[in-house]
Amino acid sequence: MTHLPRLLLLLALGLATAAIATPVSAQPATTTEAPDPFAGLASDSFDDVIAALGALAVSGNPQAGPTIAALQADSLYYGPDQALYIKTDSGYIDARTGKPATEMVEDDLSPVRVNNAVRRAMDAAKGGLDLSSPDPAIRQKAAEEVFKSRNPETISLLDRVIAQESLPGPKAVMQQARAAAQLTEGSGSDPARLADIAILRARGDMEAKSLLGSLHDKSPVVAAATAAAIASLERLEQIWSLAQGVFYGMSLGAVLLLAAAGLAITFGVMGVINMAHGEMVMIGAYTTFAVQEAIRSYDPTLFGASLFIAIPLAFLVSGGLGVVIERCLIRFLYGRPLETLLATWGLSLVLQQAIRSMFGPSNREVGTPQWMSGATQWGGLTITFNRLYIIIFAVVVIAALMMVLRYTALGLRMRAVTQNRRMAAAMGIRTPWIDAMTFGLGSGVAGMAGVALSQIDNVSPNLGQSYIIDSFMVVVFGGVGNLWGTVVSALTLGIVNKFLEPVAGAVLGKIVVLVALILFIQRKPRGMFPLKGRAVEP
Amino acid sequence: MTADNRTSFGRRGVARIGLALAALTMGAAAIAAPAQAADNTIKIGILHSLSGTMAISETTLKDVMLMLIDAQNKKGGLLGKKLEAVVVDPASNWPLFAEKARQLITVDKVAVVFGCWTSVSRKSVLPVFEETGNILFYPVQYEGEESSKNVFYTGAAPNQQAIPAVDYLMANEKVKRWVLAGTDYVYPRTTNKILEAYLKTKGVAAEDIMINYTPFGHSDWQNIVADIKKFGSAGKKTAVVSTINGDANVPFYKELGNQGVKATDIPVVAFSVGEEELAGLDTKPLLGHLAAWNYFESVKTPANTAFIKEWHDFTKKPNRTTNDPMEASYIGFNMWIKAVQKAGTVDQAKVIDAMIGVAVPNLTGGIATMMPNHHITKPVLIGEVKADGQFNTVWQTSGTVVANEWSPYLEGSKDLIADWRAPMSCGNFNVVTGKCGGASK
Repeated sequence: MTHLPRLLLLLALGLATAAIATPVSAQPATTTEAPDPFAGLASDSFDDVIAALGALAVSGNPQAGPTIAALQADSLYYGPDQALYIKTDSGYIDARTGKPATEMVEDDLSPVRVNNAVRRAMDAAKGGLDLSSPDPAIRQKAAEEVFKSRNPETISLLDRVIAQESLPGPKAVMQQARAAAQLTEGSGSDPARLADIAILRARGDMEAKSLLGSLHDKSPVVAAATAAAIASLERLEQIWSLAQGVFYGMSLGAVLLLAAAGLAITFGVMGVINMAHGEMVMIGAYTTFAVQEAIRSYDPTLFGASLFIAIPLAFLVSGGLGVVIERCLIRFLYGRPLETLLATWGLSLVLQQAIRSMFGPSNREVGTPQWMSGATQWGGLTITFNRLYIIIFAVVVIAALMMVLRYTALGLRMRAVTQNRRMAAAMGIRTPWIDAMTFGLGSGVAGMAGVALSQIDNVSPNLGQSYIIDSFMVVVFGGVGNLWGTVVSALTLGIVNKFLEPVAGAVLGKIVVLVALILFIQRKPRGMFPLKGRAVEP
Repeated sequence: MTADNRTSFGRRGVARIGLALAALTMGAAAIAAPAQAADNTIKIGILHSLSGTMAISETTLKDVMLMLIDAQNKKGGLLGKKLEAVVVDPASNWPLFAEKARQLITVDKVAVVFGCWTSVSRKSVLPVFEETGNILFYPVQYEGEESSKNVFYTGAAPNQQAIPAVDYLMANEKVKRWVLAGTDYVYPRTTNKILEAYLKTKGVAAEDIMINYTPFGHSDWQNIVADIKKFGSAGKKTAVVSTINGDANVPFYKELGNQGVKATDIPVVAFSVGEEELAGLDTKPLLGHLAAWNYFESVKTPANTAFIKEWHDFTKKPNRTTNDPMEASYIGFNMWIKAVQKAGTVDQAKVIDAMIGVAVPNLTGGIATMMPNHHITKPVLIGEVKADGQFNTVWQTSGTVVANEWSPYLEGSKDLIADWRAPMSCGNFNVVTGKCGGASK
């Protein structure tokens, strides 16, 4: 905070000159000029820029908002004689006047440089300006920025806007911001500080805890209240972190479930050890990439819907490929698990190399639509949207899969063929066709999983390899041939993994889970929910 | 960066053998032709993986070497002879690196080898170079704790990258609490050990340091990011020092963005994320996060502008980025040329002696000098990620920094120095015992 004294000085100067400027501005011949709040921006020094931002925020200059916005967008440039320009699509405009600039030479301009300290000052300045925005949502967001800045100079501004504020939401945050600024400043009587601490304690989040943790009060009463508030916030955090752990576990479980759902069909129901399953997932992810590329070049407005277009396409691409693989390769290998394993493993290498030749060896960037980025706060719970939607998607996929198996003619025939092939054939079911469809369905589901995984993992030719082992683990643990078993197993593995990770670390956590799983399979070779009855082959 | 960026061991064992076989046959074909070439050429071995997991990073270095050799030939070659590149493909397979190195030296009789990326590949070829007396130029930042007579390290040692980055955060961002996050292998573990010891000498308490390791290609960062957030809410400014390697960085930065951790709150400084890595990435959530290197493509110097232009012309790709290990290859090549000219021969023993003290300009406007410890002097630059995937240099050392090949912060190496000048001529001289041969007494 080395710029603070300077900022204060500027502020004082600004106020003083503002007081004189009004009466004299009527006389055009005046020689006194208000110090230019923009001047510091035209500088190579980060400190100057930071100080100028502070001055600009309180200057009341109508061009302050657009200038700060331009700096945030990296489109503020400075030239000789401290001239400042905003770069727009239609040319440069003078930052001080807002009028198009004509006399500047583009080669003389350099961008106003930004670092994290400048960025913080920028957010705080923008927050200060937005506090009196007509939109309550912007006011609330602005108050959050001011809260983060903990800048004591904003107190008087906050007092003003708190008095004007009518809505409880923004008002509460403004009061929290004021409490934060007040506490950071350090003066103020004990009762006033205690009240401020109570406000922060009621806020109840990490930001509040962080601020309270940074206080070092001399007064024992205040220090005790601070410690008590921190302790209470930590207790709260502990309770929430349990719920948070369950959410993380569920989201990992959903990912595992999506990856394993297709395998539960091909391996679980058909008994085909398909080592190329991961590549079906990978192809689904690449389909998403291709869809996004097409959208980018033809109609960028559709980008938000890219995943919805990709889901059926990925199903068709991977499913279609699955049918082809079944017809051309796997049908010759039924009943020969070792050959199937080797053949599909070879196939997985072929598919990887094919994708590598088509799309290149490096990772492809799959964009995340706006509605899937960010997070929402439910109490102390941070729910990231991408994970939330993947959980929902997993539920929908599994439900749809169960419906297909249970209620459609295809599903009925699939079950018939897997339970007793010869009997089913005798009843007039075309078993080879059902085999192809079943394998296609499993592969298609894997393709849809690829769409979801493209949002959280790297889309590379190796994508499938990182999920094949986990997928087999989930299916075997759940009980081969049982879709419910797969669901329970994926969620169990997800949650156990996420609760082990903070204790044992990511690497050891995985090992522990694997060892536990091996021991479990030793005791119950058919998994958690083995199929019973005549359907089980001896 | 020492490591097999995008590897996961085990699963691919069989694939490796296949690749190795393929590489062997291809490599043999590639070298058959030049072996018959006339004697008025000087051969230069290039030992970078062109297939396998490291190909993404190493292929670039092979290309840059070909460009430099091409340019030198246009200037009239060296000692009146033409330079000739002998390219082999060790296929990201560490034992194959040693085989290929031996083949380059004994069959092709190369004068010098430029190569390796991961520390494990360098360790694999080290005995071959020490046995045959040939020279290796190693162009990648690494964990230090090594100095070989036959290796010249043109990448950064920890004190030329990691420690200045920590100093920057301490001074400019007033960071008091540290998360050391890394991928689980030798480079992050050694670097973090050094950093932890260094932070403790700066008065950072043990409870203000959190260390976390994840496997290669880790993709589920939810609770690690949540832990970092929680760790950062203790009222002290917190930063993350990341030695996370390879593409695990993408989901890591994504999760930071999703959970709302911004560079203005908890900055992340990375040692393995450069222009090349950012090229395939949506940089919006990374805005303001930091990287420490000795070179950025965005540095504006005449030498760098010329280098970038030459690179674009040579590769015929006007968007291809340049990065730090490329600059290290450039410096290493120019140093070798100068040393050969000084020695008047390519004889390795004479060149090794001539190398020490050789100084060539780097691309950031300074001079790189080969020190007696076989490491070079480098400036340290701290950059913040910009929206266009380039770095904005926010701080740099006023001059260049000499490498500490043996870290003074580690118990096992603090008494060691390397000096390859006569009469000491030792890579691990113990100043306490006065003997050459490491920390043991």
